[in-house]
Amino acid sequence: MRLRQRQRGSVDLRGAIGGIPGWRARLADADLSPGDRVVRGVLLVAAIIPVLTLLFLTAEMVQSAVPALVYAGGSFFTGQLFTFGNLYATGQTVSHGIHAPLGAAYGALPFIVGTLASSMIALAIALPVSVGAVLALVERVPRRLQPGLSVFLELLAGIPSVAYGFWGVLYFGPALAQHLYPVLSRLGVVLPFMRGPVGAGEGLLTTSLILAVMIVPIIAATTRELVRTVPILAKEGALALGMTPYETVRVVTLPFIRNGILAAAILGWARALGETMAVLMISGDFLNALPANVYSPFSTIAATIVDLLDSALTDPTGMAVHALAAIGLVLLVITLATNLVGRMIIRRVTTGVLPVGRGI
Amino acid sequence: MPPPLRRLRDGVFWSLCVAALLLVIAPALAIIGSLLQQAWPVLGLRLLTTTTAVNGLQNAILGTLVLCLGILVLAGPVGIAGGIYLAEFGPPRRASWLRLGSETLAGIPSIVVGYVAYLVLDEEMHWGYSLLAGILALSAIVLPYIVKTTEVALRQVPTTLREGASALGLPRVTTLRRVLLPPAIPGIASGLVVALAISVGETAPLLYTVGFSDRNPTPDLFQHPVGYLTYVVFLNATLPTQQEHQVAAAAGVLIVVILLVLIGAGRAIARRAARHAARMPV
Repeated sequence: MRLRQRQRGSVDLRGAIGGIPGWRARLADADLSPGDRVVRGVLLVAAIIPVLTLLFLTAEMVQSAVPALVYAGGSFFTGQLFTFGNLYATGQTVSHGIHAPLGAAYGALPFIVGTLASSMIALAIALPVSVGAVLALVERVPRRLQPGLSVFLELLAGIPSVAYGFWGVLYFGPALAQHLYPVLSRLGVVLPFMRGPVGAGEGLLTTSLILAVMIVPIIAATTRELVRTVPILAKEGALALGMTPYETVRVVTLPFIRNGILAAAILGWARALGETMAVLMISGDFLNALPANVYSPFSTIAATIVDLLDSALTDPTGMAVHALAAIGLVLLVITLATNLVGRMIIRRVTTGVLPVGRGI
Repeated sequence: MPPPLRRLRDGVFWSLCVAALLLVIAPALAIIGSLLQQAWPVLGLRLLTTTTAVNGLQNAILGTLVLCLGILVLAGPVGIAGGIYLAEFGPPRRASWLRLGSETLAGIPSIVVGYVAYLVLDEEMHWGYSLLAGILALSAIVLPYIVKTTEVALRQVPTTLREGASALGLPRVTTLRRVLLPPAIPGIASGLVVALAISVGETAPLLYTVGFSDRNPTPDLFQHPVGYLTYVVFLNATLPTQQEHQVAAAAGVLIVVILLVLIGAGRAIARRAARHAARMPV
C-alpha cells in the first residue's frame, strides 16, 4: 500500500523497486482509474465463481458421503455387496452408530474395480491407436486431406455419449458378440479371463472398446498439436543421416513428445473414469460381484449413481443417498488426482494452450 | 537406400499407423451410418411438428435450444468476465490459483455435478425438476472452457497494443473494450461454440435436474421439467419397438447435425481469427 503511494509521487522510484517481488503487479495497480477498479472487482467475482463451484461441489460430496463411509467402515473398500437394504422393513441395521434400513450394505469394490478396469483397458487400446493415427495423419497423409480427416476427430469428440451407447447396444455389441468374441474366447486356453461364455455383447470388453473410441479424440487432439511442435531440423537431420521415417519417429519425434503424450493419456483416462451414459447403456449394469471374465456384465461408479439415484430417494433413513455420494466421492478423488497430475505434466511441457479436456 | 530389414520395419510401422487412422475414422462413420440407417424412415417434418408423446421431437429440440440459450446467457458472461480477469487484471500468483481451480473444475465428472445439483437445487431448495437447475449444472461443466478460451484469446493479442494504449493514457477498461477485445472476439466466440457443443451432447447432469417432459418448454424456470434430445436417445434406445429406436436415432442425427453446424461455425471463426492475426502489428 505504502509502496503504491510512493510510486504515484515519483516516477524515478519505479526503477528502484525493480527488485521487489510483485512490483510489476503493483505498478499495474497504480494506473487504474476508479472506474477500472470497479470493473476489475466485478471481473474478479466472475473469476472466483469456478473456484467456488469447485469447492462447493467437493464440500457437498464429502459432507454427504461421510455417514455412509462411517456406516460401512473398512468394508466400503473390500465389500462386494451394495444394497440399500429392505426399505419397507420395520427394523434397522445399526453399524458404527449409524442407522440404515435392515440389511443395508455399502461395499463399493465391484464399482471401483469396474471403473478402473474398464477405463484402463480403454486407455491401453486408445493410446497406441491415437498416437499411430496422429503420426499417419501428420506425417503420411497429403496436407490437403488433413483438415477433412481431422473433422472425424472433432466429430468423435462431439458425438454425445448417448449416441455411443445407442450404437454400442444396438450394433457394435451384438456384432462383437457374434463375430469377434467367439474367436477371442479361444484364447481362454492360455488367458483365463478371456474364457467364455461371451454373452450378448453387453459387458466389460464392449464397454472398454466404446470408451476407447470416446477417448481417442482427446489423446489424438493433444498428440497432434505436440507432433507439430517437433523441430523440423531435427527430423531432417535424422533423415539426412540415412534413417528411415520410422526410425526418425522413434529417435526424434517420440522422445520429444513423450511427456506430452503421457499427460494426454492421463487426461483421456480421467474422461473414461467419469463417463456415465454410454457405460450405463452398454455395461449390462450388474451389481454385487466382480467381473468373472472380460465379457461379464459389470457396472461403474458413474453409471451406478445414475441408475440408483431415484430408488435411493425412497430410503426413509436417507442413507442410500449418502452411499451414492460415498462412491461418487471415490470417483471424484480419483478423477481430480489424475486430472491434476495430467495438467501439471502438460503445463511443464507446453505453454498450456493445448486443447485439453473433453477434446473439442 | 536402407537395407531391406529396416525398410521392411518402416513399411510395417507405417501400415500399422494407417490402420490405426482407419480404426479412428471407422467408428465415426459407423455411428453416423447406423444413426442414419435407423432414422431414415422417420426423418421428416413430422419430427419438427409433433412432440415426443407421439414420436415427434419438437419439445426435445426446443428444450435443447432453450438449454443452449441458458448457457449463453448465464455461463457466457461469467466465463468471459473470468477469462478477462485472468488475462488482463489478475496478479500472476492469484491468477494462477484461480486458473488451477477453474481447470480442476473442468475435470469433475459430469455425473458428480448432476448429483450435487439434484440434491441441492431440486431437493433441498425445492425447485423440483427445473430448467434453471439444469442450466446451472451445465454451466458448472462448460464454465472452465469459456474461461480458458477467453484468457488464451486475450493473451494472443500483442503486448504492443497494450503499451500503445497505455502510452495514450487510455483507462484500462477503455483499452480493453476498444483495443484488446475486438481482435480477441473470434477466440472468445469459438470458446462459446465449444460450450454449446458440450451442452448439446450432455445427458448425465440433466437427467435428474431438468427431468423430462413430453410438452414444449415453458418460460417457467422452476417446477417444470423440460425435454431435450439426448434423453430421447437414451430412453428410446432401451424401449422395445422399432419405431422408438428410429426416433432415438433421429434425435441422434439431429444432435450430430447441430454439432456439424457448430464445428463449421468454429472453423469459420478460427479462419477469421487467423486473418485478423495476420493484419495485427507485432
